[in-house]
Amino acid sequence: MRSLIDIMQLTTAEIDELVALGSDIIANPEKYAHKCDGKILATLFFEPSTRTRLSFESAMLSLGGKVLGFSEASSSSAAKGESVADTIRTVGCYADIIAMRHPKEGAPLVASMNTSVPVINAGDGGHNHPTQTLTDLLTIHHEKGHFDNLTVGLCGDLKFGRTVHSLIAAMSRYTGTKFVLISPEELKVPSYVKETYIKKNNIPYEQVTDLEEAMPKLDILYMTRVQRERFFNEEDYLRLKDSYILTPDKLKTAKKDLTILHPLPRVNEISVAVDDDPRAAYFRQVRYGRFIRMALILTLLGLN
Amino acid sequence: MTIDSIRNGIVIDHITAGKAMQLYQILKLDKVDASVALLNNVSSGKLGRKDIIKIDTLLELDWDLIGYVDPSITVNIIKDGVRVEKRQLKLPEVIRGVVKCKNPRCITSVEQELPQIFDLTDAAKHVYRCRYCETKAEM
Repeated sequence: MRSLIDIMQLTTAEIDELVALGSDIIANPEKYAHKCDGKILATLFFEPSTRTRLSFESAMLSLGGKVLGFSEASSSSAAKGESVADTIRTVGCYADIIAMRHPKEGAPLVASMNTSVPVINAGDGGHNHPTQTLTDLLTIHHEKGHFDNLTVGLCGDLKFGRTVHSLIAAMSRYTGTKFVLISPEELKVPSYVKETYIKKNNIPYEQVTDLEEAMPKLDILYMTRVQRERFFNEEDYLRLKDSYILTPDKLKTAKKDLTILHPLPRVNEISVAVDDDPRAAYFRQVRYGRFIRMALILTLLGLN
Repeated sequence: MTIDSIRNGIVIDHITAGKAMQLYQILKLDKVDASVALLNNVSSGKLGRKDIIKIDTLLELDWDLIGYVDPSITVNIIKDGVRVEKRQLKLPEVIRGVVKCKNPRCITSVEQELPQIFDLTDAAKHVYRCRYCETKAEM
């Protein structure tokens, strides 16, 4: 494995290894503190991000490595019209591993085709976000202890939510998974995601518009934000942005051991009053994100 | 109606009725320096109706492209009036440079020198998806 562009490049066995390594890093951080001494990670963020970029940088620094990069396209040569391929050929001369976010779908794949350095897709438009999925999986593993027989509710923007698509793909490979897809009509899961992962694997699923109706069935509730940047039309965004707001009241019928996840940032789709509920795992999820990225960097560099 | 048989050339047979013109255009047969006959709506025992294209010269054709447009096609190569090869086409696994991705969010929408590559993802339904963004191919 040289690059990670799509979560489905990883077998479930490889995911298990990453989760095990991430868990070992959590338990024994000192063992890994100098594993990447002398190595450089380039973070190329053509689209703004707080969590993902800092998480990658924190991961590399925690391994003893160094980081360089940019946090928006305007501070890179892309602003001058340079192609992804040319940018990556250049950066490949400066870094040992690259994490890249880009608003256009497929840009990290193009990058990986033009360098011998491992490229990690840190999010490409509304398409994929495999390291968020690895984060979600490490969180599920720690919160639930297993991946099998879980009813996973995904709520909000299921059309443009790249984390949703990658999580569906990943969870569709585990035994006994069921999906409850909760979204407004306009933001339903794209047909290719349903065809490729859910229907092909004969996974039971429901498509509903009512969160409260779905709530009692769920083992995991994955909330997402309606993302302004994915809409070409502001009116559509304004009409749909408040479709779902999770409040303590709506959790009354939820299971006692429900796990509430969110890739963050949130706007208002989870009320802050939910944050103190022990079932709210989204800030723990952020923490897991750093450890799984440490595990991934080590693995891609062959240092695990 | 009769069309002369050819001595050295290619007969593209069993084209789904109505698709010959599309194939003619995609294969750029208007640029070929030889006679090309396009037969629409010919009676066929196998298909009921079919189209046929006869090309009065031997030339290299993109088999994958023909298979993508219509996998039911058979191609006959004629030399000295004798059929020397009969090719049954099938859906290619990958098509390059034929279909353009229509997703405005795809990297190929802004970097137009990138090769347009589509992979066969569902042979039963003839579905191809953009290698970069997974959008379904549309002719």
